[in-house]
Amino acid sequence: MRHKFAAAVFAGLFSMGASAQVEIQWWHSMGGALGEWVNDLAKDFNASQSEYKVVPTFKGTYDESMTAAIAAFRSGNAPHILQVFEVGTATMMASKGAIVPVGKVMGDAGVKFDPAAYVPAVAGYYTAPNGQMLSFPFNSSTTVFHYNKDAFKAAGLDPEAPPKTWIEVTQAAAKLKASGHACPFTTSWISWTQLESFSAWHNVEFATKGNGMRGIDARLTFNTPLHVRHIENLSNMAKQGLFVYKGRANAADATFVSGECAMATGSSALYGNVKRNAKFASGISTLPYYPDVEGAPQNTVIGGASLWVMSGKKATDYKGVGQFFAFLSRPEEAAKSHQRTGYLPVTIASYELTEKSGFYKQNPGTDVSVTQMIRKTTDKSRGIRLGNFVQIRTIIDEELEQVWAGKKAPKEALDTAVKRGNEQLDRFLKANK
Amino acid sequence: MEKRVRFKSRWLPWVLVAPQLAITLIFFYWPAAQALLQSVMMDAPFGGSLEFVGLDNFRQLFNDPDYLASFRTTAIFSILVAVCGLSISLLLAVMANRVVRGERFYKTLLIWPYAVAPVVAGVLWVFMFASPMGVIAFWLQAVGINWNHLLNSNHAMTLIIIAAVWKQISYNFLFFLAGLQSIPKSLIEAAAIDGASPWRRFWTIVFPLLSPTTFFLLVINVVYSFFDTFGIIDATTKGGPGKDTSILVYKVYYDGFKAMDMGGSAAQSVILMAIVVTLTVIQFRFVEKKVQY
Repeated sequence: MRHKFAAAVFAGLFSMGASAQVEIQWWHSMGGALGEWVNDLAKDFNASQSEYKVVPTFKGTYDESMTAAIAAFRSGNAPHILQVFEVGTATMMASKGAIVPVGKVMGDAGVKFDPAAYVPAVAGYYTAPNGQMLSFPFNSSTTVFHYNKDAFKAAGLDPEAPPKTWIEVTQAAAKLKASGHACPFTTSWISWTQLESFSAWHNVEFATKGNGMRGIDARLTFNTPLHVRHIENLSNMAKQGLFVYKGRANAADATFVSGECAMATGSSALYGNVKRNAKFASGISTLPYYPDVEGAPQNTVIGGASLWVMSGKKATDYKGVGQFFAFLSRPEEAAKSHQRTGYLPVTIASYELTEKSGFYKQNPGTDVSVTQMIRKTTDKSRGIRLGNFVQIRTIIDEELEQVWAGKKAPKEALDTAVKRGNEQLDRFLKANK
Repeated sequence: MEKRVRFKSRWLPWVLVAPQLAITLIFFYWPAAQALLQSVMMDAPFGGSLEFVGLDNFRQLFNDPDYLASFRTTAIFSILVAVCGLSISLLLAVMANRVVRGERFYKTLLIWPYAVAPVVAGVLWVFMFASPMGVIAFWLQAVGINWNHLLNSNHAMTLIIIAAVWKQISYNFLFFLAGLQSIPKSLIEAAAIDGASPWRRFWTIVFPLLSPTTFFLLVINVVYSFFDTFGIIDATTKGGPGKDTSILVYKVYYDGFKAMDMGGSAAQSVILMAIVVTLTVIQFRFVEKKVQY
């Protein structure tokens, strides 16, 4: 609370200084090094022109800033731009009166805007069924496989040949355990890495209606034999001490960076943290898959967040927002952001620019997330957009914890998770009729 | 002749109680009424689709076996927090009451944890119990206990109880100590002359005379464990493993502030309010009869 108050006071002080400019309030959830990145973006944009001034404010974690924005919107004090995580996308899309589509903002601002310039697998997620881009794909990541090269060497594994399939992961884990590693494999974001991306990667549906992309009346389908087989596999690995559960959300990230766990599936945006803090050589590889499944590997799904424009502001303000988004979309700006953070490139041009500069060659592994995403997507792999997704992910956490604890069979846990998750979808449908 | 001052004015008493009334109305009745109203509504997070749904929110809750299970979890948690919290602080207060030298220093140290925010208290204990690097987890490992509150429900419950009790001990301690110091020394001395052992003196004289304090603290501790502990749980277990440490108030917090389901969250807080009102009435009706003022 005190932080928020201090932030508000600061924002107030700064706003007094610049009365001639049009102020654009931007609420975000980027802490630490990523917070510096956001501040630099605003600074660079403000320096590039004199009409508008973007004021970024850190509002806590993704769910905290969303709650804050909801309260602010209800009392008429919403920011112009709000950063919302991918699981909040369906909620934002359903809140028609609260948002202005980015496509419209850009059009009204008179800036050049070509939806085709954006990376399809990324922008597609934030695009309405009618083709209008609703939010700006600001920081998108995807699920990748991180591994500790030093630990691989110590276990007699080839550090340049990371495991590609789940069978190879199990074998590598066994060798790592034999060499004395207490935590051979772990994962962050269980639902995102082991069920959501897993489904898209194997070209099977996580939910009907194209994973909810075609309508909010979707039903969950992540209890197919393939999903059960995978959770059974992980459960067996857990019993043998090959997979160690390290908690919900991104709790496992720290155990990889500290060297405690040798392999981890998680966000591609973990790259920056590993590069700065890990005291070992590390590598990034594609998400493991089952080679006998037809269509695998397909593509993985995105995570991260996008920027939403809130309604109820002056037309001149929206012009500034449009200018700012156009600034972020410039190939050189977008390429700089991509290389700095490990988030996916926003536009195709920025990807090509990065490739030309030789960045991927100098930083092996940084292209893994991009190549996983820049593929032709299918109806089953385009992305997952569901209402009450925050609750559904928690339900999956809860049910799978029972599997790792040996209290529930994988099939039973997945069936229960689907049933409980569908109740959440029903509730969302009812609230957004 | 009447000695009391009488106010003839009709409005003066109202003016005098007005500030208190205003505070009660604005800070207690208004939010409670809002919660009641919201509990029969369904609303999109950003508003705009407010709809009356009658008792739907409640029906959904009572059809959810997990919600019903969390009553049991809450009961276990609250009883253990209240019992452990009260007995440990009573023991500490009795000890502190006997300390002659360095009394202030000792008491100050015991009061400190009260200044720690619940979330910080939770994080603190998580650090100590974090396997395998945490200090306590390390010791436990040495004696053969493989601590894992991420997957072992009993470990998780123990962890949140320790954190919740630790946080509340200072408060209980302060009141117990004040209570102990207000017991006339002459009573205890008389009992000692009659040959009563310290144990007997405590149970037949000190403890009964302390009962108003104990009763007050019992009410406060139950309310504390019901309402003030979601920060600790959010910072330690997030209700896991499964839903095994998801007490009622944590679900209110989670559904309202993380999942943004205002109607469902309001319905739960109405239920919680009803439980605490009932508990408090029971305490005042039955337990208070045993209290000797």
